[in-house]
Amino acid sequence: MIDKRLGSLREAVADIPDGASVMIGGFGNSGIPLRLIEALRQQGTRDMTIISNNAGVAEEGIASLLRDGLVKKIVCSFPRSAGSVWFEKRFEAGEVELELVPQGTLSERIRIAGAGIGGFFTPTAYGTALAEGKETRVIDGRGYVLEKPLPADFALLKAQLADPWGNLIYDTAGRNFNPMMAMAARVSIAEVHEIRELGELDPERVVTPGIYVNRVVAQEAQHVPA
Amino acid sequence: MYRLDSADIARRVAQDIPDGSYVNLGIGMPTKVANFVSGDKQVIYHSENGILGVGPAAAPGEENINLINAGKQYVTLLAGGCYFDNAESFAMMRGGHLDIAVLGAFQVAENGDLANWATNEDKFPPAVGGAMDLAIGAKKLFVIMRHTTAANMPKLLRRCTYPLTGQAVVSRVFTDLAVLDVTPAGFRVVELFGSNTLEEVQAVTEARLLPAAEA
Repeated sequence: MIDKRLGSLREAVADIPDGASVMIGGFGNSGIPLRLIEALRQQGTRDMTIISNNAGVAEEGIASLLRDGLVKKIVCSFPRSAGSVWFEKRFEAGEVELELVPQGTLSERIRIAGAGIGGFFTPTAYGTALAEGKETRVIDGRGYVLEKPLPADFALLKAQLADPWGNLIYDTAGRNFNPMMAMAARVSIAEVHEIRELGELDPERVVTPGIYVNRVVAQEAQHVPA
Repeated sequence: MYRLDSADIARRVAQDIPDGSYVNLGIGMPTKVANFVSGDKQVIYHSENGILGVGPAAAPGEENINLINAGKQYVTLLAGGCYFDNAESFAMMRGGHLDIAVLGAFQVAENGDLANWATNEDKFPPAVGGAMDLAIGAKKLFVIMRHTTAANMPKLLRRCTYPLTGQAVVSRVFTDLAVLDVTPAGFRVVELFGSNTLEEVQAVTEARLLPAAEA
């Protein structure tokens, strides 16, 4: 019997240890697993490396992890949006390390980590400061930068629908980084709007096959108190 | 000197977007270009998070937290639009499938180099987002910007002094004073706005300007 459903958000993140690398799906607040992040924050896991497109705004999501001093390093493309006060505070104080990655390089590094590819040559960032120290090559007259896979210990995902096998369906543009992160982490945990029975998801609409997903938890399951 | 306001520069960029184009508009001033694309053209807008066929802003009360554009504003999807993941979205860019990208800039050099993500005075590390991927990926890269800085320093240079976003990537620059093409010989004037003369525009430009090609 394969049943990846868990009854609580707390249980879903309970084995994430101090020092873990954790991917977090989402683009801004689209497709971001805010309740799993809150469960992780309440658990107080420390010294994490967070891999996500943004670094959070105001007091919510990734910003709350930064505020509570739980993040050692952040790997992202766009750390600073209006209201990213906690990233700025922690960075200015030298309390968080930043690895800035162009967005398409970030998603492709995550994708290849899950796809068993050892690297790729991209024209993005060739001749810029973000290619410094990296191997470059001219292929057919065009310059490329070698980028390596970016795996993680855990991925926190957000989807609209799941089934007990972990198949995921997303809402509109909410999929963004989630499908690649599902592939790239050793343990992938999805917070979903609703869990349906086996056979109730249209297989043509499944975006993330359940093979990549280890745990699913309904977002209303045992609500983590704020 | 005759200066266009930012809405009129966006209107001028919109004139150069052909019917049937796939277009990515950067955050800020470039986003305004969509307001001026004439209704008889069909233009399909790409949003880096994973949308083709981005429609107008969502009406109040109709916002979907997941349906946002690159600037994190609530948008809608046009009939015929679709969604995809971020890796595919950037494959679209890198793979040369977008016809036009419109970006803002701090500096553009006469060899087409673009600097638009960082300055030399940044207190905090800047955000790069999708700018470097767009710069190298779109078939044509339009830049929309003021001709000079707030301190009246030139932004069209021989060589960029700020960190580069991409090398030799800019196709055409739309400023408040003129439209210029990047050519192998340097910046060539396409259009001078109002009564502006080549000499006047040259006076606020570090790079040498070539006169408009004979029609």
